[in-house]
Amino acid sequence: MINGISINMYLMLSTILFIIGAVGVMARRNTIILFMCIELMLNAVNLLMVAFSTLHNDSNGQVFVFFIMAVAAAEVAVGLAILSMIYRNIKSIDTDLLTKLKN
Amino acid sequence: MKGLLIISALGLLAMLAEIFKVKKIILPLTLLGIIGALIANYFEWNTTMSISYFDNMIVFDRPALAFSGIILCTAFFWFIMANDYFHEDTNVADHYSLVLFALVGALMLTAFKNMTTLFLGVEIMSIPLYVLAASKKGDIKSNEAGFKYLIMGSFASAVLLFGIALIYGATGSFDIAAISNYLAANEGNIPKFFHVGVIFMLIAFCFKVSAAPFHFWAPDVYEGSPTLITALMSTVVKTAAFAAIFKLFMLAFALSSPVWSSILAMIIALSLIISNFTAATQTSVKRMLAYSSISHAAFMLMVVLANVRNNSSLDALIYYSLAYCGGSIIAFATLHVISSNGGDESFTAFNGLSKRSPLLAFFMALAMLSLAGIPVTAGFFGKYFVFTNMIGTPYKWLLIMAVLTSGVGVYYYMKVIIAMYFKSADNETAVEIKMPIKFTIIIAGIVTLLIGIVPGMIAQLFKF
Repeated sequence: MINGISINMYLMLSTILFIIGAVGVMARRNTIILFMCIELMLNAVNLLMVAFSTLHNDSNGQVFVFFIMAVAAAEVAVGLAILSMIYRNIKSIDTDLLTKLKN
Repeated sequence: MKGLLIISALGLLAMLAEIFKVKKIILPLTLLGIIGALIANYFEWNTTMSISYFDNMIVFDRPALAFSGIILCTAFFWFIMANDYFHEDTNVADHYSLVLFALVGALMLTAFKNMTTLFLGVEIMSIPLYVLAASKKGDIKSNEAGFKYLIMGSFASAVLLFGIALIYGATGSFDIAAISNYLAANEGNIPKFFHVGVIFMLIAFCFKVSAAPFHFWAPDVYEGSPTLITALMSTVVKTAAFAAIFKLFMLAFALSSPVWSSILAMIIALSLIISNFTAATQTSVKRMLAYSSISHAAFMLMVVLANVRNNSSLDALIYYSLAYCGGSIIAFATLHVISSNGGDESFTAFNGLSKRSPLLAFFMALAMLSLAGIPVTAGFFGKYFVFTNMIGTPYKWLLIMAVLTSGVGVYYYMKVIIAMYFKSADNETAVEIKMPIKFTIIIAGIVTLLIGIVPGMIAQLFKF
């Protein structure tokens, strides 16, 4: 129990958020939205981490969240750079146009 | 640990070299640094059994030192070979530091003892590689490869993190030893979401090492990236990822093996079938090598599976990765030479190579034989050790499947050899090989033959 809410609720909420993010990555075609979905997945993990950290009364989980945030920022920085490079080459950021490599 | 510090410092120095306009000295400095790291590794190997740092987060024990030795050696020859890649454009220093930082991540993955360092290692290794995969700026294929790699890599990281969070929720710790102790103390009383977490981590690592059914990004990324970066991805990154998987499932999750071992067996079976049969239908050698790397990943996962029973198959994994690194380096170097001599990456580009360059053809044939697992090359004994480890396990059907699909493997590796020796070339001009690449190919070829001739000696060296 954290502040009167059972840990299962936190687990369920972050699982739902994670699944929304995962489905978004697979289904959406706009690359910016792809990045948002990945951020959503990572933030679902952050939420879960912090909830468990409070449950166990252990600060390690919250420190881990800082690492996740820093790494997510680095990942998005690289991603947006690649995206702007793609835009310069094909004047679009739709993933349907990224089919130069045959499946 | 000193090796890890030396490589990190080299990465920073390489970035500074751009500012102080001393680009010429980066390559000698890098090579010297890697040799220094290898020497430091050697002394750590001889002095103590294990040295721990950062509150037991990074521990360099003998298996970690063995894997980092393989990674550093491969990186050393890769840097000699990759001279070309670094002269293609102006930002040489950035590329050097990116590769060096990826190397830091790989070394961290060999030595982690805590989920934090595992996650950081994976990310430090992956993020520079996303940039390197996309490093041909004007080439949309390379951009696409980098972008696909980034999306799949971050997706896998998110899955990995969710798994770590669930395991942390059950055990209350990120420490590998603490997780193992928890499993031993609470047998039969473990919450379900712990097992879900273990399976999530397994899936994430299957993404990272491109095992089927999570392999679909690999052929595209391998094809789109510059060939030399593909060589780096399929040797250094694979070895590091397997060192990590092995340690994670040997030390942390060994006691929950009933949950994950049957899933792992399914993943291996799928990888063997899909990779070998798809590779046989490819027209591009680069894509063929990508699929072949999936089948080698399946073999290395078999070692992890076999280890559940006897807990002594680490030497098989080390031997296999050494053999695989040797073969891969030669194959990608040859591919690079051919495509930079006016050819493309298809099988027809290899036609009549034995007349255009007998040396190159000989070593490429050696590499193909080794990857296919034909006797007296390193690859044969790599597979042999995997099979001997698998024999006592309940997964004998997997063993039979591996032998049968290896037969399909021989077909597509032979296609390259037949093209080189028995087909006539369109143009008979001699292939020009640069000195550094020749050096790397010859050394890798000698290593492949040598550890194939005296396999017992190498395996003995890594018995722990």
